[in-house]
Amino acid sequence: MNRLRIGHLADIDEKGARTFTVLDTEIAVFKLSDGTLHAVENRCPHKGGRLSEGMVCGTAVHCPLHDWKIDLRSGKVHEPDDGCLNTYKTEVDDHSGEIYITIAG
Amino acid sequence: MSTTKKLVLVGNGMAGIRTIEHILKLAPHAYEITVFGAEPHPNYNRIMLSSVLAGGTSIEDIVINEWSWYEDNGIRVYPGDPVIRIDAERKEVVSQAGVRASYDELILATGSQAFILPIPGADKEGVIGFRDIKDCETMMAASHKYRKAAVIGGGLLGLEAARGLLNLGMDVTVIHINGHLMDRNLDLPAGLMLQRELEEQGMKFLLKKHTEEITGKHRVKSLRFTDQTVLETDLVVMAVGIRPQVELARQAGLNVNRGVIVDDYMNTSIPGISAVGECAEHRGIAYGLVAPLYEQGMVLAKRLAGAATEGYEGSVTSTKLKVSGVDVFSAGQFKDAADTRSIRIQDDVDGVYKKMVLKDGQLIGAVLFGDTTDGASLFSLIKSGENIGGREKEILLGVSAGGSGSGPSAAERMAAMPDDEIVCGCNGVTKAAIGDAVLNKGCNTLGAIKSCTKASASCGGCKPIVESLLVHYAGDAIGEQVKEGICGCTSYDRDEIVAQIKEMGLKTVKEVMNVLGWNEPEGCSKCRPSLNYYLGMIWPAEYEDERVSKFTNERYHANIQKDGTYSVIPRIYGGVTSPAELIKIATVAEKYDVPMVKFTGGQRLDLLGVQKENLPKIWEELDMPSGFGYGKALRTVKTCVGNTFCRFGTQDSIEMGIRLEKKLDKMVAPAKVKLAVSGCPRNCAEATIKDLGVVAIDGAWELHVGGNGGVKVRAAELLCTVKTDAEVEEWTYAYLQYYRENARWNERTAAWIERVGLDHVKKALEDREERLALVERLELTLGRTVDPWKEIIEDEKLRKNFTPLAGTQPAAH
Repeated sequence: MNRLRIGHLADIDEKGARTFTVLDTEIAVFKLSDGTLHAVENRCPHKGGRLSEGMVCGTAVHCPLHDWKIDLRSGKVHEPDDGCLNTYKTEVDDHSGEIYITIAG
Repeated sequence: MSTTKKLVLVGNGMAGIRTIEHILKLAPHAYEITVFGAEPHPNYNRIMLSSVLAGGTSIEDIVINEWSWYEDNGIRVYPGDPVIRIDAERKEVVSQAGVRASYDELILATGSQAFILPIPGADKEGVIGFRDIKDCETMMAASHKYRKAAVIGGGLLGLEAARGLLNLGMDVTVIHINGHLMDRNLDLPAGLMLQRELEEQGMKFLLKKHTEEITGKHRVKSLRFTDQTVLETDLVVMAVGIRPQVELARQAGLNVNRGVIVDDYMNTSIPGISAVGECAEHRGIAYGLVAPLYEQGMVLAKRLAGAATEGYEGSVTSTKLKVSGVDVFSAGQFKDAADTRSIRIQDDVDGVYKKMVLKDGQLIGAVLFGDTTDGASLFSLIKSGENIGGREKEILLGVSAGGSGSGPSAAERMAAMPDDEIVCGCNGVTKAAIGDAVLNKGCNTLGAIKSCTKASASCGGCKPIVESLLVHYAGDAIGEQVKEGICGCTSYDRDEIVAQIKEMGLKTVKEVMNVLGWNEPEGCSKCRPSLNYYLGMIWPAEYEDERVSKFTNERYHANIQKDGTYSVIPRIYGGVTSPAELIKIATVAEKYDVPMVKFTGGQRLDLLGVQKENLPKIWEELDMPSGFGYGKALRTVKTCVGNTFCRFGTQDSIEMGIRLEKKLDKMVAPAKVKLAVSGCPRNCAEATIKDLGVVAIDGAWELHVGGNGGVKVRAAELLCTVKTDAEVEEWTYAYLQYYRENARWNERTAAWIERVGLDHVKKALEDREERLALVERLELTLGRTVDPWKEIIEDEKLRKNFTPLAGTQPAAH
């Protein structure tokens, strides 16, 4: 069980995010303004802020608690802060618009 | 394979941890590290304590390394557990809690403690030093209960403490034994100018006074001086100097003078034990400033990591007064002597004083007051020791970063600076780190260097050197010349952006960014919300509010808490509610298991700890306006009872408060806005610390503006006195609209008024036609705002974002 269907493209707003939980890990799926999807663990490495609530700018999200900036493609924290979070592979079925995500592996 | 050696650090402060940081960089696996610290906090930036006290900075903000840093680097740490004994023979330390740790290398970095004058009464309650977080907390707590504070010591530390106490709203007197302030750093003219400036800020001074006794039964009541005069006070802060903390070293049998005696490599008199920082004495000097300590730490780290290093040779120090509103700088030997010559400029009109002290053609000291921009350049001239013969006047009249004159230029000085020299003392950033940011990380503006390395991000004193280094490293590749805009994405400031939006008719956030050439295509969390606000303010009728450019609190109309839950604050107009409303709130709180219901400071009820998915349901069931509880918008209108019930009330403050709140309840602004209405001059609604406060007097109303009761307390100033209720409304709305149209994003009215001046605001509002035009523009805006909570309840597209994705299913490959 490492590939999941999590929802439909229309479920997520542009520059927005939705969340779901797998095995106690909350994951946030973001839709950037170029339409691409990026899934990351929904916990800022700083103080655990829920990134799904943050502001999306380009390919990064700003944590709503203390404004750490995290790149959604790599999961890396932007300088001058430091840290990294788990990212997950996402795919979209071109015909149906269903979103698939791959956990671990 | 060599086995890992054991390193024990006694003292969890700036010098010791800085040394450990370098060791970890140079030889990451050489040691198994244990740290003991007397304070219960992780390593923090002690020099920023005055900023915490002055307001605007929290204790969390000054932590340098969080607990996770210790964990990530495998460092065992015992906070709040000082070492009480060193057994040099068995190579072992023992802590207060009984922890024993053996070592191969021991570093003593026990720092120093505030020197408490040995006078009768010095042990009374309310007598403290200014050294650590605890002292800071004591002062903050005292300011809530007491009014009068005395600071003994008119040096740098004492004045910083005094400025902080002033900000906390206390009546502060500074007592100093010398005839002028900061006599260790400043000469007489500069000292007097400093005193004049601080007196204007409300600080009081007693000079040439020696404290003889502190009196009071249990807690301090007054100070008595040797001339038998007396000063009443509730709090005494001793800032007469620091004393290296050496008892532990002395007991261990180390050679100790004023501090623990060390050689150029930080070795003490016993092999295997080093000392660094304020507890150490090197060539007769125990330093109390951060830059020398960092230099010592670097030498020690290199030695312990087995890297080649030259010995530490002592430091020339400089001082910059960090407190707000006063620019003072001094470095090196600034006093005149028989073999020195000096050159000075004194301009009492503009409050500027500059002095350079010269010896044999070299600059050996400097004092700057009022304009300290040349401080960093002068300091680097002092350190380089180059001959400035013939260029003295040119240098004093303005050191140019480009170095237009003959002789060694700024560029040459930058080239000659050693790589490991600390440029930014607040954040410990070296010349090499700045070079790396420019050469390898693509930083070509001051802003980029700042965000990459944190250099000049704290007090800003090193900015000129950072700029010179940028020129040095980047050469022709330098970015657009360092003018700072509203954020790192643009060099335009607020007024330029607003003007361009109006002139060019820009209508969306994206358009502004495109047309004005933003560096980041989608901006950042600073500029996006501000552009969204400016556009809405300029085009109230046409602009469509951009949700994704708002901070969480405004996007979800509830405050995000640290655990990811939210809180809901239903509007309670003027603080007046009814049994039916209370029952409704209570019923909803019970139904959704709200963990806490709390009265806010603004007479409302806050439902705390709400899960995000319950927000729309709670709003719906409350059926009360619930947005703006934490937005940059009108928060509350606090009222007192007024003439409805109060025997002193002269006007109906409740009715006036409700009327204002109902009118303004959906008004957004550059920052939060709080109002209050008091029914008589007793001012029970505390209207004079609000953004706008209305106070009734017999037969009229006073309007006070620009007050603040938050971090930086500011009493409001009287805008006008008016006769009728209608006039109260007219002036209130005009004033708020003028603020909406002119303040910078995130600028509270108190800061705004301080920047533009009350007279400017009075002038802008004095013409009735202009006032009515402002009111009309505000009404146009208010007429188009909606209840955000209602919109979310009714629109499934918006509502879906409050719930997790449903129906996650395994998928076939």
